Amino acid sequence: MIFIRLLFQTVFFALAQLHANKIRSALTMLGIVIGVGSITLVIAAVGGLNNLVLSEFESFGARKIEIWGTVPESRRGTMSWDDAKLKRDEADVLREHCDTIETLAMHTNLNARVRSERRSLSGVTVIGHEPEWIFVNDREVIHGRPLKKVDGYEQLQVCLINDFAIDELLLDNNGIGEYIYIDERRFMVVGVLKTSQLGAMFGADTARSEVYVPYQTAYKLRNWLWPQVTAMMTSPDVSEEAKQEIRFVLRKHRQLKPGEEDTFDMFVFEQFIEQMRGLAASLTTIAGVLVGISMVVGGVGIMNIMLVSVSERTREIGLRKAVGAKPGVILLQFLVEAMTLCVVGGVIGLTFSQSIIVIATSLEGMPIKEMEIPPWAIILSLAFCAAVGVLFGMWPAVKAASLDPIEALRHE
Amino acid sequence: MTLRVKGLRKIYRMGNERVHALAGVDLEIAGNEFVAIMGASGSGKSTLMNILGCLDRPTAGAYELNDRPTHKMRSGLLAQIRNEEIGFVFQSFELLPRASALKNVQLPLQYSRHYFTSSRSRAKMALERVGLGDRMGHKPNQMSGGQRQRVAIARALVNRPSILLADEPTGNLDSSTSNDILKLFHELHDEGQTIIMVTHEEDVAGHADRIIRLRDGKVMSDCSTSDDPIHRAYMQRAAEVMAHRAEAGT
Repeated sequence: MIFIRLLFQTVFFALAQLHANKIRSALTMLGIVIGVGSITLVIAAVGGLNNLVLSEFESFGARKIEIWGTVPESRRGTMSWDDAKLKRDEADVLREHCDTIETLAMHTNLNARVRSERRSLSGVTVIGHEPEWIFVNDREVIHGRPLKKVDGYEQLQVCLINDFAIDELLLDNNGIGEYIYIDERRFMVVGVLKTSQLGAMFGADTARSEVYVPYQTAYKLRNWLWPQVTAMMTSPDVSEEAKQEIRFVLRKHRQLKPGEEDTFDMFVFEQFIEQMRGLAASLTTIAGVLVGISMVVGGVGIMNIMLVSVSERTREIGLRKAVGAKPGVILLQFLVEAMTLCVVGGVIGLTFSQSIIVIATSLEGMPIKEMEIPPWAIILSLAFCAAVGVLFGMWPAVKAASLDPIEALRHE
Repeated sequence: MTLRVKGLRKIYRMGNERVHALAGVDLEIAGNEFVAIMGASGSGKSTLMNILGCLDRPTAGAYELNDRPTHKMRSGLLAQIRNEEIGFVFQSFELLPRASALKNVQLPLQYSRHYFTSSRSRAKMALERVGLGDRMGHKPNQMSGGQRQRVAIARALVNRPSILLADEPTGNLDSSTSNDILKLFHELHDEGQTIIMVTHEEDVAGHADRIIRLRDGKVMSDCSTSDDPIHRAYMQRAAEVMAHRAEAGT
């Protein structure tokens, strides 16, 4: 009871002290203000960036595995890339034998000249894919229909385009039912896919026209294509098992002997997301260390001003002791005062970074729109401020507590 | 209230020299006494005052306050004794400059085990007692010296101490303000307050009922004011001087 009351009085007194020495306190707290302000700003920015990238990637697919054939380093020159290529029957085997794979789609890319009646574009990406590809990549059909199995079996010359291509090729009526020419082969547009935003974020500054044809039809356009498989796991958590399983099945199918290297490779997007998280964490850690240093500097400032305060208030300390303040109580009072100084500095720093965030996110052309200081960062930084206060307030407080009341009262 | 001092010694080390600030003091002060402690500088009166006020501990000897042996106490317990049994009044008032009169008076209650709900009302009562009921919100720099000393007295009284210990309480005041403060001491004494006052001024000491004179760390004389030969001689001379002046004036 007496302890709590004293604590309140001390905090109040410390605030009054702050108020009385405004400029001095402001200068003293500057280190803490900048430290807390910058760390919370970095945390908010990294968090915002992280969320942006992760949400992109998660929509991209935390459950996706990309598989392709490859000639291992040691067999370059002795093994043909044709033999390393993934084949349709291998895709079927994977589909059949891997329990961790929900579904998969073969796909292949080529660049071609694409022409409509009104406009001709060169170097357009043409993606040949199996129907599952739409589902695996979470693409949205906004007009018409997706490609169907039968389109592939019959090698029909039908295609999908992305909404961007409608404008670029100057097609009418959303393009549905129109004919476009891919390397002078006539294809009928049967559907429109929504353009993926992912490309736009990663440096590819503009969205581009894309054309999608049935996987088998793609072989009408090129004799040699490089097929890949995108598989979708049953859950993001089974990535390790999925990799093991795929490896086992493919090695068995390709009759690789123990000791022989894999003639295929794969990439799990989940790992990329993990890497991204790791990067964000290490960035925050580096910022944290730098800020830790600035907090130490700030703390030294606090210590300095507390020492000044102790010597300025020697008579007051003497009086307090004379009227019955025990050394521990004096110690507590000065510690609380240092802590209050630091925490107030921290609060100012938080206000500072929050206002920068509000201004920054409202600016035009700011890619990160969702930035916020997470609650844990607020609590942690204030706790850290309090800790700095205790750490650097300790010596002045001990000095105050150990003053001899008689000497202190005689102090000029 | 009883205050008992036996064989009190205090030895300071100054380099290789040992200074006997108190060289065996025996005293007994009962409740409701008004005592003045006098002595030249170096006589040990400050040292005695510090020990009586529990700010310091003797090198040897015993000091019992209300039958409690303070010379055996740890500093924490001494602080508690200071808080509960002793009210200090200093020559230079020692008020917190930025706190109001009321806050200043409340200061000892901050460190008290008692009165935590009634601290404000007790402080008000104490201020009213010293005649500053209308100055509670004033800061020390808005008050005269006499008013400041009254605030300090209110602060000393707020914990209902056994002893009011005043160290040159009128040292920084002019004579008419001094008289007001001494009058207040008389009133408090009449209400039952024990007062110990350290001074080097004979006429101030004259307000006490008993004068203890120290010299070289020992009690030189200890008797009631009316029996004190030095005081009587001083008063006589003062009266003569006054009569002489009056004569010269007319």
